[in-house]
Amino acid sequence: MKKGVMRPGHVQIRVMDMAAAVRHYRDIVGLVETHRDASGRVYLKGWTESDKFSVVLRETDRPGLDFFGFKVVSDAVLDNLAAELKAYGCQVEEIPAGELDDCGRRIRFDSPTGHDFELYAEKTRTGKWGVAQVNPEAWPRDLKGMKVSRLDHCLLYGGDLDGTLDLFTSVLGFELAEQVMDGDFRVAQFLTCSMKEHDIAFIRNADDGKLHHVAFHLDSWDEVLRAADIISMEDVPLDMGPTRHGLTHGQVIYFFDPSGNRNEVFSGGDYFYPDQEVVTWTADKLGKAIYYHSRELNDRFLSVLT
Amino acid sequence: MAFWICGSLAHIEHLVTDLVSKQSFSCHDGESLLSAAVRSGHPIIRVGCRTGGCGLCKVRILGGDYQTGKMSRSHVSEAEELQGYVLACRTLPAGALEFHSRTD
Ligand code: FES
Ligand SMILES: [Fe+2]
Repeated sequence: MKKGVMRPGHVQIRVMDMAAAVRHYRDIVGLVETHRDASGRVYLKGWTESDKFSVVLRETDRPGLDFFGFKVVSDAVLDNLAAELKAYGCQVEEIPAGELDDCGRRIRFDSPTGHDFELYAEKTRTGKWGVAQVNPEAWPRDLKGMKVSRLDHCLLYGGDLDGTLDLFTSVLGFELAEQVMDGDFRVAQFLTCSMKEHDIAFIRNADDGKLHHVAFHLDSWDEVLRAADIISMEDVPLDMGPTRHGLTHGQVIYFFDPSGNRNEVFSGGDYFYPDQEVVTWTADKLGKAIYYHSRELNDRFLSVLT
Repeated sequence: MAFWICGSLAHIEHLVTDLVSKQSFSCHDGESLLSAAVRSGHPIIRVGCRTGGCGLCKVRILGGDYQTGKMSRSHVSEAEELQGYVLACRTLPAGALEFHSRTD
């Protein structure tokens, strides 16, 4: 049941060298730099996103995910969900407006898989980048690199998948769209708050709080191949692809940023309506679920995390 | 260290040795220890992100000169760094080097 969580809104990624990270996310991935704040964080967005930023880079001594945030439909919903999260037993912290420039107050909460999430209702709206709000052209002509259109989702690793599933479905109104089952044991879960086949996903792992990848959207398989070309031209460390996943059926390529955080760019993927039944892949078909063409698992894809 | 002179280009190579597998191989000057290990064909160091973040390529240097780039503090603490622990993808040998490919 929908609880007013609208969509993924922002991610704060830890990087070890800001200049290298900006070159990667802006010039190679093709996000648009929109802001730098007094603490040195760099704010970026995909060109189709209407709010001012969706990706925040923070320089520190280790990579990984600081937090992943969802935008909710109103300030009243933000208050309701904050109360529900507290009642559910989450550690809830209210972060005042302006801690991220151009963003309203945020409700930060922890999860059983050891990740920090946020909800917020307000962010400065600047419109799609490079096209007008009235009579817009199809796309801006001065985009760089892979020209990703938007921040799409994250895949996170942690232990208590059942706990995080319950939190996201019963408190936040997400639905379970796809899962990987080893008998009765769920090893992966893909959750949605929209018509996309996932807005956030989790894989079971001994260590909590880990980031597997941050994903950005492209329009077509042709653009995924073009991204692969850019990965070669720029000598970016490739993880896997271009290929198709069995899970979600997206067309994907994975690579690493200069701090070891994995990125995905992808196109396609199934849609989700709330009257659909959960799609299940069985653990004995995990190779095909991840690499639909080669059908063979690669250890690095499962074990390399930040 | 060895020099090959071709035209005006001097190619500097460093001999690196893994004391666990007893394999020695050559590393170009400016090349990472991990890249040289992969090129040697000996699967003695695990390959992950190749950018100092995941910790899979962690080894311990036991002798020789080298430089390191940014390495995740989640995988190499300051104390470990002083004891020669490094991420091979972020380690540039600057002369003959001996290392231990297992850190567990
Ligand atoms: S391969 Fe990931 S830290 Fe070296
Ligand atoms: Fe993904």
